[in-house]
Amino acid sequence: MALILGPSNPPTLAVLLTRLFSNPDLAMLLPASAGGLLQLLLVILAFALLWTSERLIAGIGRIWLRRGGRGLSAEPGLMAATAATFGLMLLGALAMASLLLWSFAWRWSWPLLLPESWSMRAWTSPTTGWANAPGNTTSIALCSAGLSLLLAIAWLEGEDRARRGRARWAEALIYLPLMVPQVSFLFGMNVLLLQFGASGDIWAVIWAQSLFVFPYVMIALSDPWRAMDPRLDRTAASLGARPWRRLIAVKLPMLLAPLCTAAAIGVAVSVAQYLPTLFLGSGRVTTLTTEAVTLASSSDRRVTGVYASLQAALPFLAYLAAFIIPAFAHRNRRSLKGHAFQ
Amino acid sequence: MSLQLENVSVRFEATPPLFPPLSIQIRAGEVGTVMGPSGVGKSTLLDAVGGHLGHGSSCSGKISLDGRVLNGLPPEQRRVGLMFQDAVLFPHLSVGDNLAFGLAPSIKGRTARAAAAVALALDQAGLAGMANRDPATLSGGQRARAALMRTLLAQPQALLLDEPFSKLDSNLRAEMREFTFSHIRNVGIPALMVTHDPEDAQAAGGPIVTLEVPQ
Repeated sequence: MALILGPSNPPTLAVLLTRLFSNPDLAMLLPASAGGLLQLLLVILAFALLWTSERLIAGIGRIWLRRGGRGLSAEPGLMAATAATFGLMLLGALAMASLLLWSFAWRWSWPLLLPESWSMRAWTSPTTGWANAPGNTTSIALCSAGLSLLLAIAWLEGEDRARRGRARWAEALIYLPLMVPQVSFLFGMNVLLLQFGASGDIWAVIWAQSLFVFPYVMIALSDPWRAMDPRLDRTAASLGARPWRRLIAVKLPMLLAPLCTAAAIGVAVSVAQYLPTLFLGSGRVTTLTTEAVTLASSSDRRVTGVYASLQAALPFLAYLAAFIIPAFAHRNRRSLKGHAFQ
Repeated sequence: MSLQLENVSVRFEATPPLFPPLSIQIRAGEVGTVMGPSGVGKSTLLDAVGGHLGHGSSCSGKISLDGRVLNGLPPEQRRVGLMFQDAVLFPHLSVGDNLAFGLAPSIKGRTARAAAAVALALDQAGLAGMANRDPATLSGGQRARAALMRTLLAQPQALLLDEPFSKLDSNLRAEMREFTFSHIRNVGIPALMVTHDPEDAQAAGGPIVTLEVPQ
């Protein structure tokens, strides 16, 4: 993000570290590592700040409640927040529309509202070389989302079979990849994979992305899984169904909608991954995102438009499928439509 | 056939037992009742008999069904049916598929026999022709009868009833009691019911044990 929007000189810390880590001069590793530790410190400080302010606000709120404070209307604030969100989404949608428009434009000079002439050239010309990236992106996204979904199901079903909740350290382990500073973490992982000669491989990229996709899939799936009525599982068991049959014939079909949503989130997270693809792919595995970042600073908005449209289309298709599949499968099941378990 | 509980008690980890050791013997076709205030551990007792205790809970004493010791067996091997205050029908399956879920493998493999068994059960429950319905479209009474039929089609050797009638309205309650108890008598299996409603215990007509909070 900072790579595209931030100032390039002086760069932000993360951008600087990315440059240092990929610098051919090995001596640059030392300041880079120091920077990695600095990032970790920053993350911890930020969390500490968040935690203390949460405590503080909760404390103040409690005092206010105990003193009899009531009826402060949150309505204007909520309306402002809704308006702000709507405005941001509108801006995003307009930006997407303009990129899509650009990808079909040929001549488009400044004061004109619409392009003077249209062309499919950015889409059809092989020199823009977009043929490899969508295939790579799609297969990497499907593999890492699928892998993460399988792992999440295995984890949750394991908890069910052991009939126990999640230990706190295990919960923390899930969030860990989201907390550690990505740049240094991925560099370290790449060094490890280089030892096995696995770096630069598409599988290395899938593995690295899954580290970041899995937490989101797990977060998306855990609550619906736990919200399932445990009496359904017990009933199935008392009817003689073994654990595997309970999983496949009862739990998974009932959770079809959350499973599809979690998979779609996984696909979206995977498509958006930049650093894992760059580091673990050793720059040899190109995806829509790595290409889009490279092209973002280029002058040809038509080609950028092609990549950005494709990059947005993949998650959109995933979410669309996550919406349609359960709606079709459960079209005659009233209690599974909408929020069945709430 | 009989269900026998000898000095059964449940404790969670190191805490003292939930209730003093309980013994009851229920003969085939009989409905035994365990009464007690809410929170005393009635449902936990049924969990212990059905094999559904959570991690960290342990059951002492002996539970045997027809001479077969149930302690330690996984629930799917106990052949003990389960009924709750709600029907707990599988929401993703049709009414017919719900009933067929627990059919013995010997029947299940044969489509015609399975369909006939399900159709007969639906007929007995006053649900003839509703095999393809979405369970969410049934009325409360219909759902309760479908749930009992589903449990009985799995040919259990005993039945556990967890406050089975407490959510039904009063005229439906008497009807469901009659329906449930007469089916248990016909099938000839022992049933253990927990309830806080004395009318339930009276209607059941079997042995009654009252659980009290240990001092």
